[in-house]
Amino acid sequence: MSPLLACHGCDLLTQIPPLPKHGAAYCPRCGSLLMRAKPNSIERSLALVLASIVLFAVALSFPFLAMKSGGFEQQTNLITGVYLLYQQGMEGLATVVLLTCVLFPLLQMTGLLYVLLPVYLKRRLPRAVQVFRFVQHLQPWSMMEVFMIGILVSLVKLAKLAAIIPGISLWAFALLIFTTAAQTAVLDTHRVWVALEASDGTD
Amino acid sequence: MALIEATARQRGMASCHSCHLLCRLPSEEREGRFSCPRCGAALHSRKKNSLTRCWALLIAASILLIPANLLPITITSALGHTQADTIISGVIYFIHSGMWPIALVIFVASVFVPVVKLSILALLMFSVQRHWQWRPKDRTRLYRLTELVGRWSMVDVYVVTILVALVKLGAVATIDAGFGAVFFAGVVVLTMFAAESFDPRLIWDAMEEANE
Repeated sequence: MSPLLACHGCDLLTQIPPLPKHGAAYCPRCGSLLMRAKPNSIERSLALVLASIVLFAVALSFPFLAMKSGGFEQQTNLITGVYLLYQQGMEGLATVVLLTCVLFPLLQMTGLLYVLLPVYLKRRLPRAVQVFRFVQHLQPWSMMEVFMIGILVSLVKLAKLAAIIPGISLWAFALLIFTTAAQTAVLDTHRVWVALEASDGTD
Repeated sequence: MALIEATARQRGMASCHSCHLLCRLPSEEREGRFSCPRCGAALHSRKKNSLTRCWALLIAASILLIPANLLPITITSALGHTQADTIISGVIYFIHSGMWPIALVIFVASVFVPVVKLSILALLMFSVQRHWQWRPKDRTRLYRLTELVGRWSMVDVYVVTILVALVKLGAVATIDAGFGAVFFAGVVVLTMFAAESFDPRLIWDAMEEANE
């Protein structure tokens, strides 16, 4: 039997028919997306998560911008900004930036790897259910794409002050925005939950 | 698509907030004491204390919005000359130097979005409390929109972080973060929590009340 779902937008019960490839089902009452067919979801997400982790490692290890003015040259990477804010007594602000731009994205990537790899290999790891729930909760709090816009605005703002030299990390970061966005788009959370439920039945 | 003319709540069921599994709630009174059999999240028919929590966060965010806009977010010192910039003065600076697209980005992300988001959430909650039946579909859409755009307000906070890190050119120029940035980050975080605690299904509950 096709699954019965309650819309998370209006609570209406709907019977979802088998979806065609790339098809989607919307709530007939409020129009919220109920389910979308995503072929090869696990494999694609896994590939994109791995790519994101590599790009993130690059983004963290190299300077993303350098600024030249007179004899001075100042380089910065993601962490220096946070560190300097902290030094200036803005601990709270430094924490918010550290969490939303470094820690949450990192937890999300590693968490997804922890959940998706065993699902792909038809194995199970302890607490995969809790990890996946946590990763889903983190989604809106990971703001790398917003940070990217922040970098662009700063570039324009500083262009008059000094020569700005973009670093390797900046390119890695720009690519990272695309891989994470693509990963979010291809991940079929419904399928992951069903897979986790099946493997959890042995408890 | 087969349509069952009932909501989960009318059938004594609840959709898990976390994994969307449809579960049967044993009885109305003991609601909230159950966890989802699939993912372990607490099961509620509706988000708990949705309106109270949302109002509290909304009021707190509105209060923080005042210092966020009045206090400087950056303090620039260049060649012995110090200048404190608020969000608005930054926007005005960009307009004066002819960089319209940047001025627009900052204005929309830092001024327009937070204010509109707070107003929309207040309107939605007011409409739920008054049991409005007016255009529920559009109101649901409005909610999805506010939920989506909130995080973009963080742009200016990141700009400040980058500027602080980059402009440390000894005696030539320094940029320090101002306390406006702290309040601003607070506004963004609180409005995100507020949007998260609102339950759009409350909008539709008024429709069922009218049918019964």
